[in-house]
Amino acid sequence: MDLRIAHLYPDLMSIYGDRGNVIALSQRARWRGIDVEVRPYTVGSAFDAAWPDLWFFGGGQDQGQDVVGADLQGPHGESLRRSIEGGAAALSICGGYQLLGHEYLPDDAPPIPGVGVMDVRTTAGKKRWVGNLLVESEHGTLVGFENHSGRTYLGPLARPLGRVLVGGGNNGEDRTEGAIQGRTIGCYLHGSLLPKNPRLADLLITWALERRHGSVRLRALDDSLELAAHAQATEVARSRP
Amino acid sequence: MIRTALAVVVGKATRVALTTLGRGATALPGLVTLTVDPDAVARLSDRLAHGVVCVSGTNGKTTTSRMLADIVRAAGWAPIHNRSGSNLDRGLAAALLASSTWSGSPAGDVGIYEVDEASVPRVLARVTPRVVVVTNLFRDQLDRYFEIDALARRMGAAIAGLPASTALVLNADDPIVAQLATGHRGQVIHFGVDDPSVGGAVPQAISDATRCPRCREPLAYERVILAHEGVWSCPACGLARPDRDVAASSVALGADSSTLRLAGGVQSVIDPVVVPLPGLYNAYNALAAIAAARALGIATQTASRAIASFRPAFGRQETVSAAGRTIRLLLVKNPAGFNAAIGALLETGRRPRLLAALNDRDADGRDVSWIWDADFELLAPAVEHAVVTGIRSGDLAVRFKYAGLEPGRIEVVADGRVAIDRALALTPEGGELVLVATYTAMQDLRAVLAAMGHVAPFWED
Repeated sequence: MDLRIAHLYPDLMSIYGDRGNVIALSQRARWRGIDVEVRPYTVGSAFDAAWPDLWFFGGGQDQGQDVVGADLQGPHGESLRRSIEGGAAALSICGGYQLLGHEYLPDDAPPIPGVGVMDVRTTAGKKRWVGNLLVESEHGTLVGFENHSGRTYLGPLARPLGRVLVGGGNNGEDRTEGAIQGRTIGCYLHGSLLPKNPRLADLLITWALERRHGSVRLRALDDSLELAAHAQATEVARSRP
Repeated sequence: MIRTALAVVVGKATRVALTTLGRGATALPGLVTLTVDPDAVARLSDRLAHGVVCVSGTNGKTTTSRMLADIVRAAGWAPIHNRSGSNLDRGLAAALLASSTWSGSPAGDVGIYEVDEASVPRVLARVTPRVVVVTNLFRDQLDRYFEIDALARRMGAAIAGLPASTALVLNADDPIVAQLATGHRGQVIHFGVDDPSVGGAVPQAISDATRCPRCREPLAYERVILAHEGVWSCPACGLARPDRDVAASSVALGADSSTLRLAGGVQSVIDPVVVPLPGLYNAYNALAAIAAARALGIATQTASRAIASFRPAFGRQETVSAAGRTIRLLLVKNPAGFNAAIGALLETGRRPRLLAALNDRDADGRDVSWIWDADFELLAPAVEHAVVTGIRSGDLAVRFKYAGLEPGRIEVVADGRVAIDRALALTPEGGELVLVATYTAMQDLRAVLAAMGHVAPFWED
């Protein structure tokens, strides 16, 4: 069995340690004897929409985000849309999450269109949410660190990933955090997210493998270090939001 | 003036009181002084005969400014240097106070101010330095400084406001730093590494400068030296690495030191510069200090001699002995600093026994995500054993595991004292234990080492 991961714009959207998610997905698959290949997909490279089982799209600086936003207006955005509609899984964080939505509305500039595979819209906000983020979800409690001023609002096709216990989450108003739509997840959880939230990592691996390999049941791993890190980070989030 | 005089007197009194009570006096006396006279730093700085040098940048500030302090001392000057990493304004005021007479005349004649990147605009608004040094700009504690592009823009704007009498000393190999000279009318001294055998063709994983700081098109690298430092140019707009005024034409890296040959002009006939600290990043720090000395009119030979007898700052490759073992202290704060320190370790073929500590207090950066940008994958295969501690020991242990270190070689120990004992026990007698820690984690462990009688109790930087 093999797993194909496309890392979107690793040169431009690679800040706040989000590549830890790609490391976690790869290692957890390899530890189960699954072959893994990770390919960078970026400006100027050909986007083979048929290849990826899973897309990873991290957060970037404003500069990187401008360039990427413009690139996704062209054929690359179309490839990504086709692939996700065709059953590939996706995880997007922060800027990547915003760009998978319909649009981003800056303060004093025209709207920046997104890829539109998630029914979410993001508006520029004045307050910046910076701190530990703790979320209750159907895939267990998720813990990470948020750092964003964009406020994301969900439309009817997207479900919240979870309910905020500590932190701001999507918009600081409705206590939701992140979104799930089909096999695409978006959220504001840096940390990196997946290494200390292994249940979510395995859910994504399962979704990704099922695209080409039929129904999959992953073998359990010894997650004692991961769960200890999760418990410690949860404790920190509760005592120091 | 009366206000400044009063501010100096009460500040000094606070310092005396603290010292009498046996407490370290890093920032509080400064706070007291600034409360009485908020402009005390600017006014006291104006009285320094040789002016002020501000040293900023993500990594290397402390080592570079300490090297420069040794250099000006060798030139017969008396530096006033804010040594510790405590709050900047207060720290500066405290440093000025510590070396002022009670009437407010400074006992020193040159200021060497270590200024964190985010504070550069604030400091330059009040003090007009003779020299501004910027070592490098990397991603660092994003919860505090936010994104590097925005930071560089703010620094650039502050530097553009300086008069032509200020000299800039900038790292030519760092495109973000080199760009800071735009709009400056005065002297600019660029330093860099010109040894073609140093570095490689492959860009390192972290991407702080993949795009041109001027036109935002992709940068081309002929050679990558450290993170985004290297031989760079922008094929689109033609912006390129500036000519180096102080350059190392060869860098020989050793286990505990490196040797640089300086390129160009008369300097090529002088002896090589021996930097008594390992790692390419310390070679850069030495080049920055030599370039700053040149901006102050101090001979390179004087600078070179001072550097040869340099002693490392707290946690910067400092070594202490404990229980028949050597502990090498590596302070790490961000991915580039981690990679540089680890690179220096691995170049020497060591199989390190580690004591690693991660905290997430304000001074460490509250977001620990950065450990996933650091190249633990290069470190893990060489590690014999890692004892992991700190407030976020869990995240650090997981990082080691996902980098490929077998869980059997990872031991999480919550208590600092127990962690040190355990790590020492796992290190053979006469061997070396490498302590890698973030800022407050290093403070905590150092306090334990002091209580165990292995290091001096006070923060001496």
